[in-house]
Amino acid sequence: MAFSRQRFRALIRKEFIQLLRDWRTLLSILLIPIVEMFLLAYAVNLTIDHIPMVVADLSQDDQSRALIHALVISGYFDVLQYVDSETEVIHAIDQGQARAGLVIPPGFATGVARGDAQALMMLDGSDSFTLQSGYGAALAIAQARSTELAMEKVSRSGITALGELPIFTSLRILYNPNMDGMVFMVPATAAMLLQVMTMGMTAMSVVREQEMGTLEQLLVTPARPMELILGKLVPNILVAAVDMVMVVLFGVYWFGVPFQGNPWLLGILSLLFIISGLGQGLLASSIAHTQREAGQMIAVLMMLANLLTGFIYPRTAAPLWVQLIGDLIPLTYFLRIIRGIFTKGIGVYFIWQDIAVLLLYSVVVMVLAAKSFKTRLD
Amino acid sequence: MNEIAIRTRDLVKIFKTRRGAINAVNGVTLQVQRGQTYGLIGPDGAGKTTTTRVILGLLRRTGGESSVLGYDSMKDTYAIRERVGYIAQQFALPGDLTVMENMRFFADIHQVDEETQRHRIPELLEFAGLSRFTKRLAGKLSGGMKKKLALACSLIHGPDVVMLDEPTLGVDPVSRREFWDLLGELRTEKGLTIFVCTPYMDEAERCNLIGLMYEGQLVAHDSPEKIKRLVPGQLLEFTPSHFAPAKERLAELEGVLEIQTYGRMIHVFVDHAARRQAEIIRALGDQGITCEGMREIEPRMEEAFISLIRKQQERARAASETAAARSPS
Repeated sequence: MAFSRQRFRALIRKEFIQLLRDWRTLLSILLIPIVEMFLLAYAVNLTIDHIPMVVADLSQDDQSRALIHALVISGYFDVLQYVDSETEVIHAIDQGQARAGLVIPPGFATGVARGDAQALMMLDGSDSFTLQSGYGAALAIAQARSTELAMEKVSRSGITALGELPIFTSLRILYNPNMDGMVFMVPATAAMLLQVMTMGMTAMSVVREQEMGTLEQLLVTPARPMELILGKLVPNILVAAVDMVMVVLFGVYWFGVPFQGNPWLLGILSLLFIISGLGQGLLASSIAHTQREAGQMIAVLMMLANLLTGFIYPRTAAPLWVQLIGDLIPLTYFLRIIRGIFTKGIGVYFIWQDIAVLLLYSVVVMVLAAKSFKTRLD
Repeated sequence: MNEIAIRTRDLVKIFKTRRGAINAVNGVTLQVQRGQTYGLIGPDGAGKTTTTRVILGLLRRTGGESSVLGYDSMKDTYAIRERVGYIAQQFALPGDLTVMENMRFFADIHQVDEETQRHRIPELLEFAGLSRFTKRLAGKLSGGMKKKLALACSLIHGPDVVMLDEPTLGVDPVSRREFWDLLGELRTEKGLTIFVCTPYMDEAERCNLIGLMYEGQLVAHDSPEKIKRLVPGQLLEFTPSHFAPAKERLAELEGVLEIQTYGRMIHVFVDHAARRQAEIIRALGDQGITCEGMREIEPRMEEAFISLIRKQQERARAASETAAARSPS
């Protein structure tokens, strides 16, 4: 292998000059992740509360008001408006003003006293996040209210032995006691970013050279394929690493997401992940002929990564074959690694399987990329 | 020392596409001696670029042989790359690097040491007339200057052979002349072997040796003088008062070998210029067509080129007709 340090240095210097000169692209590479984090933090919230609700309280008694109060005080529902009929409630949901509706039939208090009171809760099913949150909340609140009423009734009837419920469930949420969405999203954003950036940057920069014809001029020089590949990769590794550090620092210091694990371990494993992404980029560049084609491939990968890797949606809920597709994307493994280290503070012992797969993946993808790197134009 | 710089024998390159195989280069045999300037000329799509790329090892060879300075195009690719300079047809230097950065980059890529770079880069910039533009981005240079920079970069490692693919495409006439003057200097002062693809006939005349390429084949391979002599007859040039009828009438006349149009002028090959000149004037005059500025001229590359390609087309047509006649369907 006739590896020349002079040639390698020249290639890296060229990449850096081009990178720094194209400041618009560089700026977007560095800024997009931060912008994305802010959007995820402030605009996209996965726990839905303060669901606007329209209420038709046809009973207007103590018990009906108590139920409404319980719903509002939970923080999950806000009363948008009081109306007079079920039709009006449905109308408000149809119009999109309200996402939930509550109909309390006449004589609610009497019903409660008799033990067969009914109330109708309606939820807008066209928005699944609202539906899930609202459904859970409404059910829990109604049950709590029922239990409360039952207990009151029991104690009023003079039976004191049943003064306590037989089972008391106490809940403790590990790693993320406040159920803060950012704790979930910051590590994932960092990971997603690395996946897309590494692959995208590499694929784009190789295909661009192909399109401009500069690759032809490079291929006709004595530069060896390994020098050309490394010359492309090293600057990109650096940029991706800077990005990664920036996202993590922002997550920790701006959004206050605690970093529990060993930063060096995460650093080393990130490098491994970056390499696998760059390899994917090189592979993509050997398939794509134009920057547009490369862009489309990146978009498809991004979509798959969004849906199938556990970035937002839990993988365990998906059917097996969908999980298998997700298994082909290295982000799947890295998400577990980064969440493990970042949020749970665990060590290699718990994630060694993911690390092993990622390592294998990097090696395979790099070998394939090096093999498919065109040393000729056809 | 090997006296042959570039050699191909029965070179074949077939591109496989979804629509079938395309025979881009179909049995090209050529030979360029050291120090010669070889012009591969032919219309667009003739296979010039493909031939050049296969010789350089940029494309895989389908069949035949090709070598540069005795090194096989496929096996000794890197030996070739160390000794050959190349300018691609498209401007292919990184446009976001300055003139100086480009020079440095290609010098390092060719492992030219610091010491040599220090005197060779200014020399080449001076030679190419780019000394004043070292800080300008390559992409911001004019078309002609881009080509000069590409030439300077391709010479940075002191190659024995330079291969240029349509180096003056899209360059204004003055810059074209300047570029060829540079090539002339290289040939006379450094004894460089130059291999150039071009569709321009005036450039072809500046070469020692010409390969005339058409549809993947070499139609002719000789010196410009001999190629011009391949066209039989003598050449008359004139401007008729009525173009279309004049052409029609000429075709019927005895001794007329070939008619070519040249703007508003007609170029007609005849077996005997002096005798036919009077006949043509008379025959056209009978139809009320006047012949302005009738004179005998030397056939140039362009006339020879068109004539040779026409003959090749006729041969191909005849061959396909016989094949069609022979086939049972």
